[in-house]
Amino acid sequence: MLCRTSFAGRCAVAALLCTLAPSVLAQDTKPIRIGFVTFLSGPAAGPFGVPAKLAAEAIVESLNAGNVPAPYGVRGFGGRPLELTVVDEAGGATKQVSEFRNLVERARVDFVVGYISSGDCLAVAPVAEEMQKLTILFDCGTPRIFEEASYKYVFRTRPHATMDAVGAALYLLETRPGVKTFGGINPNYAWGQDSWNDFTAAMSVLQPAAKTTTSQMPKFGAGQYGAEISALLASGSEVIHSSLWGGDLEAFMLQAAPRALFAKSQLVLVAGEPYLHALGSVIPDSTVVGARGTHGVFAPNSALNTWLRDIYRAKSGGLNPNYPAYDAALAFLALKAAYERAKIAKLAASIPMGANKGVKEAMEAAYGSGPSEDEVVAAFEHLSFDSPSGRMSMQLGKGHQAASGTAYGTTKLVNGQVTVTNIRYYPPERVQPPDGVSSAEWIKSGMKPAK
Amino acid sequence: MFVIAVGLTLIYGVMKILNVAHGSMYALGAYAASTFAGYWLSHGYAPYASYAALVAAALLVGLVAGPIIERGLLRFMYGRDEVVLVLITYAVFLILEDVTKLVFGVDPILVAEPYGMLGNFRIGELVYPVYSLVLVAVSVLAGVALALALNHTRQGKILRAVIHDREMSMALGINVSRVYFVTFTIGAMLAALGGALTAPTTSVQLGIGAEVIVLAFAIVVIGGLGSLSGAALGALIVGLVRSAAVHYRPEVELFSVYMVMAVVLIVRPKGLFAAPEARKI
Repeated sequence: MLCRTSFAGRCAVAALLCTLAPSVLAQDTKPIRIGFVTFLSGPAAGPFGVPAKLAAEAIVESLNAGNVPAPYGVRGFGGRPLELTVVDEAGGATKQVSEFRNLVERARVDFVVGYISSGDCLAVAPVAEEMQKLTILFDCGTPRIFEEASYKYVFRTRPHATMDAVGAALYLLETRPGVKTFGGINPNYAWGQDSWNDFTAAMSVLQPAAKTTTSQMPKFGAGQYGAEISALLASGSEVIHSSLWGGDLEAFMLQAAPRALFAKSQLVLVAGEPYLHALGSVIPDSTVVGARGTHGVFAPNSALNTWLRDIYRAKSGGLNPNYPAYDAALAFLALKAAYERAKIAKLAASIPMGANKGVKEAMEAAYGSGPSEDEVVAAFEHLSFDSPSGRMSMQLGKGHQAASGTAYGTTKLVNGQVTVTNIRYYPPERVQPPDGVSSAEWIKSGMKPAK
Repeated sequence: MFVIAVGLTLIYGVMKILNVAHGSMYALGAYAASTFAGYWLSHGYAPYASYAALVAAALLVGLVAGPIIERGLLRFMYGRDEVVLVLITYAVFLILEDVTKLVFGVDPILVAEPYGMLGNFRIGELVYPVYSLVLVAVSVLAGVALALALNHTRQGKILRAVIHDREMSMALGINVSRVYFVTFTIGAMLAALGGALTAPTTSVQLGIGAEVIVLAFAIVVIGGLGSLSGAALGALIVGLVRSAAVHYRPEVELFSVYMVMAVVLIVRPKGLFAAPEARKI
């Protein structure tokens, strides 16, 4: 007979859970509806929104088929199949708030995963909290989400922009220690402003002698950068930092390259990885390029990375996944891990201590409807999970913000193909503040690694 | 921007329509030009002939889209309030945005070879591609050609008569409907030409029409609605103000153009070169 305080009894329950959990997890068949919000139109669709959608669809199909490598082998989420509802993120923050309400109230989704634009993330997060709907911000970069507010129902499964900016500064100074002047061209909204501010702050700590020459902040989607390129040429900057992305980055590169801007200045592209093939030889050699984490060319060799590449290539007609696709994988795998962790915890709580009879009935009663939203939220906090990008940990933002290391490399044209060389990796504690400390304070105080 | 703005101001001057769909003409011209030029270059034809492909694409867009919109929709709306016409052209703009997406897809199109083929020149420490000079030359040519056509040809004088007084022109036997058709088509071609010539310098993507129409409106408002010389001066002022802001005060660059527009409207509410209007009683 099991005893409440018996060590042997607890071991027996644990063994029972381990053997029965997979079959219990596989029993419920009611589908889980997930709303996925990404750009399907507008300038962000091509480089980000559509790759993320393709990745989400491929991941959901693979999860439903149960052919994801360990530890994600169970079909769907805890045996429940997934249904995806995709919504276009275009139209601005006000429209996205309406679309979010539609997803929750009309489409009655169980979870929401989405948002590439930092502006949309900032607008939707309070609404998600008000509606008590577990929402994963899968791609936006602004640190302000969890540094200026606390949320119970909102999570971000990818690191924020401070990691990108600090990683860029560290890499630049390791590979070019004598840099004296740097300028910037960044889009004039939250992402671009945060990226530039964090980069200049990190540079002022790591290399106080380096001076800012010019900061160009063209409107997002401007498309024409003649005046900005002239200003950068006249500034004589040794290094140019840029968080431009999408068509803006492509236009800037096309317009700057013939004007020999890159003959004078080394370019640092914090979000440059998706464009390595689109821009090809337009990208000059010795461009510092990042993938906003260990994604794409920086991803570790693993079964999960191989899986993602294979399913994405099959879905996209042969293209390799870029970092938005990796971000989608992080979100879905994290949600799956949290859901199943919650289900196991519910299972453990449901088994009466000291009882052998009626255990099966008790588990069926407990698992008939799956874990509640609050139970999944509780399981999600401080979660660590495996991903194609390596091990991720929800260790910031009171357990709601992911942290990971990052990597940067330098481009080199080899036989007409853009390759990335001299790759360096930075652990999370070197590129992100500890929990409870804002990015600005942490950078200003010297960026001491968290213990 | 002058080429785009002059088309917009021409349409307003003749037809009294503030054509929001002008931005879509620009976008369609850019997409068509990128597609044509990309096809031309990828098939190994003479590279320098790709410039002709750009212009041909613009003419095709103007000759197809302009008449469809004017004959198919706008001619049924003449005589209505100007605000209603603006809303109609805005609706056309939204429809054409989605048509562009359906036809050309969501991925940006990059055809940059024409931009770099002509080489560079240097002014001090600044390097410029020769293609920029080509754009200036085309703009000047377009302006001169329009001015000559309006002032020294019979059709141009007829058009000016319609601009001055539509009802009297009709009374004198001028086919005003045909004048509108020709004007709208020319305006569409000019917008498409602006898009086609800009295409090699940028990544042609969804949303470029919306970006350019806002700036084009600012230019024609500064110069005076319906004034070709006003469009030229407006484009020059906008370009210089923006460049100066970028060099000396980048943080006010977004605001600078609209500040100039506001100052001009305070001093001259109808724009710099707007002609005095006789009021009919």
